Amino acid sequence: MDIPLLEMRNITKEFPGVKALDNVSFRVTKGEIHCLVGENGAGKSTLMKVLSGVYPFGNYEGDILFNGEEQHFRHISDSEKAGIAIIYQELALIPELTVYENILLGHEIKNGFVVDWNETIKQAGIMLQKVKLDINPAAKIIELGIGKQQLVEIAKALSKDVKLLILDEPTSALNEKDSENLLQLLRDLKHQGVTSIMISHKLKEVISIADTVTVLRDGKTICTLSKKAGEVSENALIKNMVGREINNIYPPKKHIPTKDVILEVKNWNARNPALGRDILKDVNFKLNRGEIIGLAGLIGSGRTELALSIFGNPDNYQIKGELYLNGKQRKFNHPRDAIDSGVSYVSEDRKGDGLIMIQDVKQNISLANLKELASQGLVVDNNAEIKIANKYKTELNIKTPTVEQKVSNLSGGNQQKVCLGKWLFVKPNVLILDEPTRGIDVGAKFEIYTIMRELVRQGMSIIMISSELPEVLGMSDRIYIVASGRIAGELSAQEATQEKIMHLATN
Amino acid sequence: MGFFGTARKLMQQNIREYGMYIALFVIMIIFTITTNGTFISSRNIVNLVNQTGYIAVLAIGMTLIIIIRHIDLSVGFLAGFLGAIAALGMADSNVIAAGMNLPVYVVIPMTLTLGILAGLITAFLVAQMQIPSFVASLAGWLIYRGAILVVTEATGTIIINDDTFNAIGNGFIPDIPDIGILPGIHKLTLILGVVAIILMIFNEINDRKKKQTYNFETLPTEMFAIKLIFISAIIGAVTWVLAGYRGLSWTAVVVLAVTLIYHFVMSQTVLGRHIYAIGGNPDAAELSGISVKRLIYVVFGSMGMLSALSGILFASRLQSATTTAGTLFELDAIAAAYVGGVSAAGGVGKVIGSIIGALVMTSLTSGMNLMGIGISYQYMVRGAVLAAAVIFDVATRNTGK
Repeated sequence: MDIPLLEMRNITKEFPGVKALDNVSFRVTKGEIHCLVGENGAGKSTLMKVLSGVYPFGNYEGDILFNGEEQHFRHISDSEKAGIAIIYQELALIPELTVYENILLGHEIKNGFVVDWNETIKQAGIMLQKVKLDINPAAKIIELGIGKQQLVEIAKALSKDVKLLILDEPTSALNEKDSENLLQLLRDLKHQGVTSIMISHKLKEVISIADTVTVLRDGKTICTLSKKAGEVSENALIKNMVGREINNIYPPKKHIPTKDVILEVKNWNARNPALGRDILKDVNFKLNRGEIIGLAGLIGSGRTELALSIFGNPDNYQIKGELYLNGKQRKFNHPRDAIDSGVSYVSEDRKGDGLIMIQDVKQNISLANLKELASQGLVVDNNAEIKIANKYKTELNIKTPTVEQKVSNLSGGNQQKVCLGKWLFVKPNVLILDEPTRGIDVGAKFEIYTIMRELVRQGMSIIMISSELPEVLGMSDRIYIVASGRIAGELSAQEATQEKIMHLATN
Repeated sequence: MGFFGTARKLMQQNIREYGMYIALFVIMIIFTITTNGTFISSRNIVNLVNQTGYIAVLAIGMTLIIIIRHIDLSVGFLAGFLGAIAALGMADSNVIAAGMNLPVYVVIPMTLTLGILAGLITAFLVAQMQIPSFVASLAGWLIYRGAILVVTEATGTIIINDDTFNAIGNGFIPDIPDIGILPGIHKLTLILGVVAIILMIFNEINDRKKKQTYNFETLPTEMFAIKLIFISAIIGAVTWVLAGYRGLSWTAVVVLAVTLIYHFVMSQTVLGRHIYAIGGNPDAAELSGISVKRLIYVVFGSMGMLSALSGILFASRLQSATTTAGTLFELDAIAAAYVGGVSAAGGVGKVIGSIIGALVMTSLTSGMNLMGIGISYQYMVRGAVLAAAVIFDVATRNTGK
């Protein structure tokens, strides 16, 4: 019974400057659970977006065969019609509507022109039974826990007569019991003939559930492993996921960090009241002067939340714990307090919360420290501002005709340098860099690494959050691995390997 | 690049900004022709400026509100209500029971303070309670509408008898004693105009020198000279027209002062930069150490104060507080701000632009009144101009630098 349900042949998808998928081939057999694994940025989500029609036909190269027929999906609704349903990490349910309304949303059961609510509720009940969810179909989504919401999402997919169910990190937000529940459901659905693709970072789950595993790395298919043939093991997966050589794109270390602690966090706990969930649990770490520490971990492990909770807590988490800066206990109530005490945070999302895209380079660079450019802290000296902006333009090699250019016209790498310039202008002692090289090309990456080396040589201390393991290994003096809001381990630069980090991050 | 090349480049880069001035100029020319010159007469222009006054100050406050991505619908009736409070403050308690017999010098600061308080209440709802400003200020709109009726219930229109107060909306600055030259011309206005030109030239040259010491790019000398002559000519012409009637009105003085202060704050100070920053990207601003909440209080507080000022200007102009004072002021102010180039997406807009926008809208009313065009068509024309202005703004948004 080795009939292919889905075959994606030689798929290539390019974004400006980046080849996200490079000649990827991917084959799913009817009736199996097929796991797709790979590091962050390996191309898993892009591949699924190509499959579902988010990137329409013509936007990529290659062929998609589904159910033996060549498919040209131009929109998600096309792939849905063919019987493909995707469940994303961020659930697509409408919180204020009831379970039955959500399940049949978009393909309502009609009686003439009006919705037949009785039949809707009946059908929804049948779907809920299929996913073994015993709840009142009239409950609102918002009243359900995340685990149950996930099951409703699957029920919704089943109601569309799905042939191929795709789950993007379905268990990343679930606790162990809910996760086990979900995996059991997938096995049950398999017996009912539903084929599934699951993207997951949790290798233990992958090993327990997968019939076949495909590993992607850097936008290429690395291998397809079969459980029947006994090829699936944690070691085999990790080796194939990270197998790339670290080439010398990292500038050499020029100096040895001190043993003098500049920042220390003790018993640090945080709760996000908006999600009603603990996001950081008993975090302890230290940063020495002149040191680069790497915070490694998977997306959603709590690294950004940790950085923000230190940097004046702009998202209003409920925090317990102690923060020491230069040996003194401190409490920052607003980013301003952190900035004034010499802590800077370069955010991971340049466009969303780093830069003001409609303003120019100089205004972005001066923003966090305008007072220094103003006489008596009130009136801004425009000429001094241009001078400072030009200084960082030269030092950081920002490629822009003038500092009066809007940052929206700059390339990603140069935008990142503007962010860096802005935060260097506040003259910090501790610089937190959140994914400092995300989405920028290799040349700009090297420049940013060189700047980081120079900054620590001058005595600055850097916390680098990164999802790219080679970068973590190449730049850090010490590495903390964050998993599920905890520090899962600490490794020195000498002992760290990609495999060790992956083991800690995926447990 | 030759002279015309530079000129064309400047024009392309600043088309959005120049667009409004050109529109105002074109509208004035058209009305001057269609009214055989009546429109541009000193008397009409002075009237036009006085009519624009109470909308112009609201438009300035509204500009800041829209820059930070909010809206304030309550300002019209707040102005009307505070105008009535001011009238009551000065009223003789023997004539009106609720009268407070207060001198004008107490009443004006008191009214402005009440305006600030009203603005802070809206800000509290928006910043602390997280209510959308549209809803919070709509509630204010209803409440202040009711409040006007309560205050004027017993008396109907409250007549204001204080000459000093009434001069704000109707009076003119005094002239220097007649020295026998330029009869019929308001000489102090002329002198002030000349002083303004000298200050402007001095300031521009100073600025240019500073830039040169930093080795920054400046306009070529001939362009710079043309710019100075052009601005001087405009100030000179406006001064001459005003001086031909009764000189500078107190309303014009108030509006000029408010405009200059707000223009300075928004373009030169840290506060202004922070306001533009939170409009451009509130998340980035917050992470840059700027308290978005605090600035919501500042901006809404300023709006409240300017609403009070608008109420004072309007009551003073009518020499009374009426039950309908403030009706539709908020929409006129919002329209003026949009015509003046404020962006609904936030972070973009200039105080001077909104003043020009207010002048455009009042010019339309004034010109069409002189032409005898009915009120029904006036609304339609103003609506079309508002739409055209915003279309122009959106279409030119991505040109220039």
